Amino acid sequence: MTSPAVHRELGLTDDEFESIHAHLGREPTFTELAMFSVMWSEHCSYKSSRVHLQGLPTSGPQILVGPGEGAGIVEVAPGVAVAWKIESHNHPSFVEPVNGAATGIGGIVRDILSMGARPIALMDSLRFGPLDDAHTRYLVDGVVNGISSYGNSIGVPTVGGETIFEHCYAENPLVNVACLGVIEHALMRGRAEGPGNAVVLIGSSTGRDGIGGASVLASAEFDEASGDKRPSVQVGDPFTEKLLIEASLELIRRGLLVGFQDLGAGGISCPTSEMTAKSGTGMRIDLDSVHRREPAMEPFEVMISESQERMLAVVEPRHLTDVLAVCERWELTASVIGEITDSATVEVSSAGEAVAEVRATALADEGPVYNRAMERPGWIEELHAADPGGGAPESLAGALLDLLGAPDVCSKHWVWEQYDHMIFLGTVQGPGSDAAVIRLPDREEAVAISVDGPGRLCYLDPYRGAIAAVAEAARNVACTGARPLAITNCLNFGNPEKPEVMWSFAEAVRGIGDAARALGTPVTGGNVSFYNETNGRAIYPTPVIGMLGALDSARRAVGLGWRADDDAIVLLGLTDPSHFAGSQYAKVLHGIVAGRPPEVDLDAERALIRQLVGNADLLHSAHDLSDGGLGVALAEASIAGGRGFSIDLPAGPTHEVLFSESPTRVAVSCAVDSVDRLLERAADLRLHATVLGRTGGDALDFGALSLPLKDGIARWSAALPSALSDSISP
Amino acid sequence: MSARVGIVVFPGSNCEIDCRRALDSLGADTTMVWHTEKSLPDFDLVVLPGGFAHGDYLRTGALARFSPIMDAVRAHAEAGKYLIGICNGFQVLCEAGLLPGALRKNSGLKFLCKWTELRVDETDTPFTRRAERGDVLKIPINHFEGNWYCEPDALESMRANGQIVLRYTDNPNGSLDDAAGIVNEARNVMGLMPHPERACEALLGSTDGTVLFGSVLDSVAVPVAAS
Repeated sequence: MTSPAVHRELGLTDDEFESIHAHLGREPTFTELAMFSVMWSEHCSYKSSRVHLQGLPTSGPQILVGPGEGAGIVEVAPGVAVAWKIESHNHPSFVEPVNGAATGIGGIVRDILSMGARPIALMDSLRFGPLDDAHTRYLVDGVVNGISSYGNSIGVPTVGGETIFEHCYAENPLVNVACLGVIEHALMRGRAEGPGNAVVLIGSSTGRDGIGGASVLASAEFDEASGDKRPSVQVGDPFTEKLLIEASLELIRRGLLVGFQDLGAGGISCPTSEMTAKSGTGMRIDLDSVHRREPAMEPFEVMISESQERMLAVVEPRHLTDVLAVCERWELTASVIGEITDSATVEVSSAGEAVAEVRATALADEGPVYNRAMERPGWIEELHAADPGGGAPESLAGALLDLLGAPDVCSKHWVWEQYDHMIFLGTVQGPGSDAAVIRLPDREEAVAISVDGPGRLCYLDPYRGAIAAVAEAARNVACTGARPLAITNCLNFGNPEKPEVMWSFAEAVRGIGDAARALGTPVTGGNVSFYNETNGRAIYPTPVIGMLGALDSARRAVGLGWRADDDAIVLLGLTDPSHFAGSQYAKVLHGIVAGRPPEVDLDAERALIRQLVGNADLLHSAHDLSDGGLGVALAEASIAGGRGFSIDLPAGPTHEVLFSESPTRVAVSCAVDSVDRLLERAADLRLHATVLGRTGGDALDFGALSLPLKDGIARWSAALPSALSDSISP
Repeated sequence: MSARVGIVVFPGSNCEIDCRRALDSLGADTTMVWHTEKSLPDFDLVVLPGGFAHGDYLRTGALARFSPIMDAVRAHAEAGKYLIGICNGFQVLCEAGLLPGALRKNSGLKFLCKWTELRVDETDTPFTRRAERGDVLKIPINHFEGNWYCEPDALESMRANGQIVLRYTDNPNGSLDDAAGIVNEARNVMGLMPHPERACEALLGSTDGTVLFGSVLDSVAVPVAAS
């Protein structure tokens, strides 16, 4: 039996404890209390976010499975369905960067696998503090190492992502990982149908690692003693994960499974309650049958351990021998740990005694739902009124070079050369592209994927920032010629019990919803990560949008680099020279993050996307204008294309025209004789289009400013390796 | 008749599907062979693909050399038939003593996945006969332990025998003598760190991998004269 102090240690409030009592009609056992603590944790139950997430669009003809399963499923080509999902592993990566990041990969890969999909691509959205801090360098090194060692070993390519550095992430880095999978044989669901069917636990043995990961680590703020939580971080074994992938796909291909779900946050408690709650069934679990890696574990430890590389399968008795044989061939341990019942209850026994008996829906569906207090922060008006930081630089050339060498902008090859980004022979466009283009296995078609999360814009205006996130992600995908189809999102915020944080969350979700509706890209699911605070300081509100798009032919994908000399360079979209709020220019040149970002014109964005997708056959290159505006975008197209350009800048103060970050703009290049068709089409779509100049030469020649291309390449390439060459400190 | 190619799959191998795709596209007849098998059918060529055999725990390739299939792989090589180890497969062949030397961690102490250029310095091998001496092939690497080393005496004799077949033009990993690919003394076993299967299609950036795979498939059809 338990005392109130115990439930508080497990992260449950007094009210929640009362509610558990009411559900059971008696005192909970300790095992039951532990199960509730993980299933009702913020991480597993979405108790603070649910009321807001209901406003997101989640359906469309292309959406085969929406939120609420292991991953959303989208039809990307006739008869081809892919799973697409993003998740956070922020807190574990701060406490123990190598294993925190590695197990983040492992978790999202199993989510994809649970749907019957083969994982074929990973993307990472990483945020750290400034690089002049030795501990930040330690975190960067560790997180990249963790992703590299785990992702490479399981043989799933890491094809892109983003790496961003802001003060607000110094003591709360963000590690968001997205995974794409393709359904190989059959769509699986987390279902526990058929009383009498066997429950089989497949994969790694269960140990004491990761006890309370969901409740203790992911659902609370950090302070100085956070290092003590290191034992709550799980340890990854990518070798077992690789075997689990192959064995699972074989089991599904041979039609041997009734239902399938991964074990992640919440351990065995999670799939046992969720699968039965969805199926209206119950489950009888015998903990003595769970294969373990250490002796004398308490029943509650077995129930909530987050040991990695485990899946739970529901199997008809007639297939049990075959299932166990497949697992044995793949050298995986599989244990029959229970059976499906018609009781609607999860019944758990250990050493012949009942240790838990809880209605499945009480754990999975009937957790608390909070409509938390919200308040627009007073400081935001002042921030909007402040100088956005668009003042002239001392030197235009110096400003351009500083931007190319800025940690957010510079080449990230130091990061992505540590990742296998080529395995599966599908990476048509890899890291460093606007969006990665992945050819579907044995098909002509491809998908394009991008992850974007403009934290500075969301800090200044979470509604407008979230719209900008969706718009930029869609634009990146469209730059390759792909039609944007669906979104997965990872919502990284501070403590939801603070009204200002909750306000920013609600605003961001409202923005995502409005933009997703306007662009026809429903949300297929994702993840909410609250409590991203250390010592009471929250991160910028950071919604990260993972956009998925489809291309009819991998061969027709458009890249960001100039493809030939003497092509015409055309700017699509309108430049407002005053758009410096939250810009990379203001941050790098003036150290300012202030002002109010513009609201993206979603009609114009839709028109731009239509032009990019519809005219992809004319385009030799297309590159989104984002951080650093036109100046940086043209330089990047030159670096990627290995040739310079020469243009005349549109009228206006030079630095403003060069570095303003007006949204909804793309720089494209095409053969000179295609220009008229491009401009006509733009006119039809009421899209602003300006012919700027020509590709070729060995200079970044803006007219008012000209630099040797090699100088730009030198700054851009050297910045990150040089910043990371200093010592690190754990 | 198509060349019969066996691709050995260890638990943790992960490039076997890519190798099969690339070799199939060149007309080979490929079969996957699980590492617990104790014999090999009559293959013309056996490939040990890249990956992390047995998790590469302990040391890369150190456990895989004890897999049951390895006796049959050794017998295949000793019979003079062709054997290629790519990346992790190269590491396994070194651990098994079928190729000289060992593969250490990259000199930069980081995993590296990037395109490299390889100069073909020996063309009288079954694996490079389609190339001209001095040809430069663009083929990517993907490894943490690709820094090949052998004892100085052994290196001298390998150079004298022309066993260092492929050299990096810009050594990415500290490999001795810039070695990227080597053959045994009998010239029927090759190990290389770069991944030719990733360079068999223009859409992916290069078709130079077909020079190596194509050479060995040619050699199956018309064996090279013994040197």
